[in-house]
Amino acid sequence: MNMLLETKRLETDVLIIGGGTAGCFAAYTLGRKSDKKILIAEKSNIKRSGCLAAGVNAINAYIVEGKTPQDYVDYARNDAEGIVREDLLLTMSRRLNHVTEVMEGLGLVILKDENGKYVTRGNRNIKINGENIKPILAEAASSQTNVTILNHVNITDYLLEDGCVRGAVGFDVNRPVFYEIHAEAVIVATGGAAGLYRPNNPGFSRHKMWYPPFNTGAGYAMGILAGAEMTTFEMRFIALRCKDTIAPTGTIAQGVAAKQINSRGEVYEKKYGLTTSQRVYGTVMENRMGNGPCYLKTDTISKEQELDLYKAYLNMAPSQTLKWLEAEKGPSKENVEIEGTEPYIVGGHTASGYWVDEERQTTIHGLFAAGDVAGGCPQKYVTGALAEGEIAAEGVLRYLNQKEKQCSGQRNVQEKVDSTEKKREYERFLSQAPSFLDIEQIEEAMQKIMDQYAGGISTDYQYNEAKLQKADENILLLQEKLKELSARDVDDLLRIYEIRERLIVCRVVIAHLLARKETRWHSFGEKYGLSGEKQ
Amino acid sequence: MSIRIDKEKCIGCGRCIEACPGNLLKKDQNGKAFILHMRDCWGCTSCLKECKSSAIRFFLGADIGGRGSALSVDIVGDRYLWQVTDSAGKVRSIEVNKKEANKY
Ligand SMILES: Cc1cc2nc3c(=O)[nH]c(=O)nc-3n(C[C@H](O)[C@H](O)[C@H](O)COP(=O)(O)OP(=O)(O)OC[C@H]3O[C@@H](n4cnc5c(N)ncnc54)[C@H](O)[C@@H]3O)c2cc1C
Ligand code: SF4
Ligand code: SF4
Repeated sequence: MNMLLETKRLETDVLIIGGGTAGCFAAYTLGRKSDKKILIAEKSNIKRSGCLAAGVNAINAYIVEGKTPQDYVDYARNDAEGIVREDLLLTMSRRLNHVTEVMEGLGLVILKDENGKYVTRGNRNIKINGENIKPILAEAASSQTNVTILNHVNITDYLLEDGCVRGAVGFDVNRPVFYEIHAEAVIVATGGAAGLYRPNNPGFSRHKMWYPPFNTGAGYAMGILAGAEMTTFEMRFIALRCKDTIAPTGTIAQGVAAKQINSRGEVYEKKYGLTTSQRVYGTVMENRMGNGPCYLKTDTISKEQELDLYKAYLNMAPSQTLKWLEAEKGPSKENVEIEGTEPYIVGGHTASGYWVDEERQTTIHGLFAAGDVAGGCPQKYVTGALAEGEIAAEGVLRYLNQKEKQCSGQRNVQEKVDSTEKKREYERFLSQAPSFLDIEQIEEAMQKIMDQYAGGISTDYQYNEAKLQKADENILLLQEKLKELSARDVDDLLRIYEIRERLIVCRVVIAHLLARKETRWHSFGEKYGLSGEKQ
Repeated sequence: MSIRIDKEKCIGCGRCIEACPGNLLKKDQNGKAFILHMRDCWGCTSCLKECKSSAIRFFLGADIGGRGSALSVDIVGDRYLWQVTDSAGKVRSIEVNKKEANKY
C-alpha cells in the first residue's frame, strides 16, 4: 500500500480555520467590512458543524436591563476564582447585546414580551429558538461574495515563515488531496477539546458527550507545536449534566426552578456554593458520602411544563426527550438524575486557550484566535464566541493595513514550517504497514491514563503530583507509538490526527495541572486532600 | 446511541453525508448512505433533519437507557414533526414550531 496525495495550492488574504460559531461570524464580519479574500477551511460542513449542531437552548451571555458589561466581568471573575483576563472579558461583554441583535436580524427567533423587549431568564440569559442557529450563521457567512467555503478539509498545522503565520496545511477527509493554503493572516476558531478523558459512557454510546467529540483540540495543538503561548489548561471544564444523555441541565434548573437534591430529598446545592465548579463538586461529594444518586427535583412540575421541556430539549438535545418518552417517565413523574461529565478543555466556559491581546492576536504574528480556542475569557457561550469572532476580524483588518510587520525574534515561535515536510508526514501514515497497535487502542489507552492519573471521573477528578508525572510519562509513550500507526485511507488519517491533537493537548493539561500548586477550584483542578486551600 | 438508515427509503441524495459534523456517513457500492462509525455518532440529529425521504432514525443504546424506540423527524415549512416509535409500534408525536421560542 502506498498512497500519494494530489496537492492543491490555494491563496487567500485571510484564512479562517474552523467554520463554527466564531469562525462563521468572523467571516461574516470580514465580508461586510472589507473586500479582502476570505477562506473558511472546515473539517466537516459549516451548516451543522461544531457546538451548535443540534441547536442551543438560550443565549447565556447577555447584559439584561439594569446590568452593565462590568457586572458580567465581575460575575465571570468570581465564578473563575479570579483567574481571568478582565480586559478580554470587558471587550467581549461590551458586544454581547450587539451580536444578539445582529443574530436576530439574520433570523434567530428571540422571545419578546408585549412591549417588544427580550424575555430574560435569570440575570444573564434570554430565551430563543436555537434549533437552527447554525444554519443561520452558515448562511450569513457563505452569502458574502468575498467569502469562500472549503468544507471537508481537516487542517493540522500552520505554515510559518520568519516566525510569522503564513497559512496552514490539511487534507480532504474524503479524497486523497493535500491542501496547502497561503494567507496573509489567519484566524483560528477550531473550538475546544473533547475526548481526552474516559467519557461518561465508554461503550456503545462513547460519543454521547456534551462537548462535540469532533472538536479534538486541533487549534490548541497547532499553536502548541508552533510555539504559541497557551494559558490556564489546568482549569478544566466539567459540566453537570442529565445522566446518560449528558444533556444540559440549565433549562430545567432555571426554566422550572428545579433544585439539586440528594437521594434523601435534601437540597444540597447551597451547602457547597453556587459557582459552576461548586455545583459539580457538591454532586461529587454527596455521592462520595453515600447520599447519591443526585437529582434535579422536577416531580412537582405540571404536565404543561413537562411538554414545554420536551419541546425545549428537541430544540437542542433530542436524546433527552427520547429518553423520557421511551421510559414513559417524564420529569413530572420522576426527578432527573444528574452527574458530572469527564473533563473537557474549552476556553468558552473556563479560561483555557491561546494567550491573546485585546484584539485576539496570539503570540504568533498574524495569528488571531476566537471562541473556545482562545483563553483568558471564560463564560463566553454563543454570544461571546460571536463577539470574539467580530473582534478578531477587526483586528485582522488593522493588522493587514500595517505597513511593516515585525515577525521574527518572538520567544519560542518556530522560525519556519513548510508544506513539503507535512505532506510527507501524511503520506507516511498512508504508506506504512499496520502494526499491532491501532487508532482505537491508542485512544482507549489515552483516555484511561487521563482518567486514572490526571483526575478523571474515576478518581472524583482528583490527582496528585506523582500521578500526574505518571500520566505524562505514559502519554509521551503513546505519542511515540502514534508514529507507527497506519492509515488505509484519508478517513483513517483524520482519526490519527484527531488523536495526535488530543495527545498534545493532554500533555499541556498535565503540565498546567502540575504548575498550579493550590486547589483553586474544586473538581476543575483539585489536588487530593487540599480542599479549598488557596495561595 | 446512534442512527440507522433504511436502505429501501434512501434515494442516495447525499445530503446527510454532506451535513454530518463528524464525517461519519458514507455511500456504499449501491449509492446508498450508511454510517461507517456506528459508535461515533454524537446524536445531533443533523442527518435526520437533512433527509427528505425520512430514511434515518435515531435510537439510544442500551447503555444509556435505550429500550428499542426510535426517533424520527419530518420538517414541513416551519413545523418539525418529531415522532417516537416504540418496539411494539406505538407512536408518540410532538410538534415544534421553528418560529416559537423555548419557554425555558
Ligand atoms: C451541546 C452544547 C450546548 C450549548 N448550549 C449553549 C446554549 O444554550 N447557550 C449558549 O449561549 N451557549 C451554549 N453552548 C456554548 C457555545 O455553543 C460554544 O461556546 C460556542 O458555540 C463555541 O464556538 P466556537 O466557534 O469556539 O466552536 P464551534 O462552534 O464548535 O466551532 C469549531 C469549528 O471548528 C471546526 N474544526 C475543528 N477542528 C478543525 C480542524 N482541524 N480543521 C478545520 N476545522 C476544524 C469544527 O468542525 C467546528 O465547525 C453550548 C455548547 C455545547 C457543546
Ligand atoms: S446524528 Fe449527528 S453525529 Fe450522528 S450520524 Fe447523524 S449527523 Fe452524524
Ligand atoms: S439524506 Fe436520506 S435519502 Fe439522502 S443519502 Fe441520506 S439517507 Fe439517503
